[in-house]
Amino acid sequence: MRCPWSSLVGLVGLAVAACGEPASGGAGAPAAVRVFAASSLAAPFEAVARAFEAAHPGLTVELHFAGSPALVLQLREGAACDVFASADETNMQRVVDAGVAAGVPVPFAGNRLAIVVRAGNPQRVEGLADLARADLKVALCGPEVPAGKYARDALRKAGVTVVSRSDEANVRALVAKVHLGELDAGIVYATDTRLAGVTGIALPAEHDVVASYPITVIKSGENHDGGSSFLAFVRGAVGQAILREHGFGPP
Amino acid sequence: MSHVPSRRRGFVLGALAALGVLLFCLPLAGLVARAPWRELGSQLASSAVHDAMRLSLVSSVSALVVAVVLGLPIAVWLANGRSALRTAVRIVVMLPIVLPPVVAGIALLLAFGRSGLLGGWLEQTFGVSLPFTTLATVVAAAYMGMPFFVLSAEAGLRSFDRRHLDVAATLGAGPLRRFVTVTLPLVLPSLRIGALLCWARALGEFCATQVFAGNLAGTTRTMPLACGIAMEVDPNLAIVLSMILAMVSVAVLFLLRHGLQVPR
Repeated sequence: MRCPWSSLVGLVGLAVAACGEPASGGAGAPAAVRVFAASSLAAPFEAVARAFEAAHPGLTVELHFAGSPALVLQLREGAACDVFASADETNMQRVVDAGVAAGVPVPFAGNRLAIVVRAGNPQRVEGLADLARADLKVALCGPEVPAGKYARDALRKAGVTVVSRSDEANVRALVAKVHLGELDAGIVYATDTRLAGVTGIALPAEHDVVASYPITVIKSGENHDGGSSFLAFVRGAVGQAILREHGFGPP
Repeated sequence: MSHVPSRRRGFVLGALAALGVLLFCLPLAGLVARAPWRELGSQLASSAVHDAMRLSLVSSVSALVVAVVLGLPIAVWLANGRSALRTAVRIVVMLPIVLPPVVAGIALLLAFGRSGLLGGWLEQTFGVSLPFTTLATVVAAAYMGMPFFVLSAEAGLRSFDRRHLDVAATLGAGPLRRFVTVTLPLVLPSLRIGALLCWARALGEFCATQVFAGNLAGTTRTMPLACGIAMEVDPNLAIVLSMILAMVSVAVLFLLRHGLQVPR
């Protein structure tokens, strides 16, 4: 009978050796382009990534979405990433300050705010002033999340005081709770109100806030060239057309 | 495997064990190594930390009370025999131990939320709406922690020698008196262990709370939630909060091993 321990050690050795191989495995195949992007970019970036892969045979894109501050944290702790797209300049600046950005960030899209309510607007919310109504349950994103900061800016401009029932971690979580009927209204990006089950109410221009989305190449990734081409693709004709389709404005 | 030299076997075993122990020691060492010792005082003095600590204490202790009041009768019934119904109930009650917490949060929202199964009736009848209230953090913590209490209590009740009850009965004690004066003292160690595990799980509850109760400073932002937010805004504060929670956890384990060994 063979010693089970020695075979176990052999297995561990094999596993360690396998981990040492390049992640892509095949000879010369480039690593996937890893893109970290703000939650609000989920829908257009899925489409941009597919178009990019079609235009660049052999290259694949890995997308990772979360609230911008959560992504900044991961980048600062050394997560491997080629491209970072933030929902605001503050969070992008934190990445630049941490020394992980490989270039100067450039704006690539703009977004506006909207009030999100349940589909059909059963409570007849018409504008920001309604959000102060006592019969409505309203929540915003936390002030550390870009959408939450912009929402507070808009409320300040309109002179409306809102009691936020919860400081949600990202726009998708907020939209989901409005969709489920647990919240009556919230302030999110205009693009988020295009999701099923909710209705969006645009803000008047004088209260609206234009969110500018910056993008940059990040040092820690394994496919620097792929990252640069993805960034160029997002800013190019095809990428911009897809962003417009999803409701994003010019930077 | 008797032909393998025992010294070599011992060496391999020891090396693997050391590797395993390292996996558990390094994260703790990481916390201590990067802890902002100089700012410790000012971080601990902030009102946000106090709010989170107070909420965590209120929420986890209330959850423990709920777990004991509702969980003990469940454990007594479960331990009192074997049937298909008991098996089914046991699975449902133990589910939160293995259920991903985010699933628990969504399920709680769909049950007790305003448009949930019971939540709609609660709001129409009593004007009570659970989500986004401190009470919701208690419900989430009780849902996640109570299974540990029931598990431990049932095990204690099952292993207890029923002949003691027979003796008490022959001496003329009624069912209630038998439970209070015979059963309870004998299963108390199991109840205490269950209570401690339940409280610790309730204190650490994060995901179900965030989904079901929301995340608002002073109302629903318990220590784990404050810790999650701090990690994105002020990592030093997150490390301080993490160290407090880790120390409480170490204390819980120490109590389990050394503080609750009541000789029978």
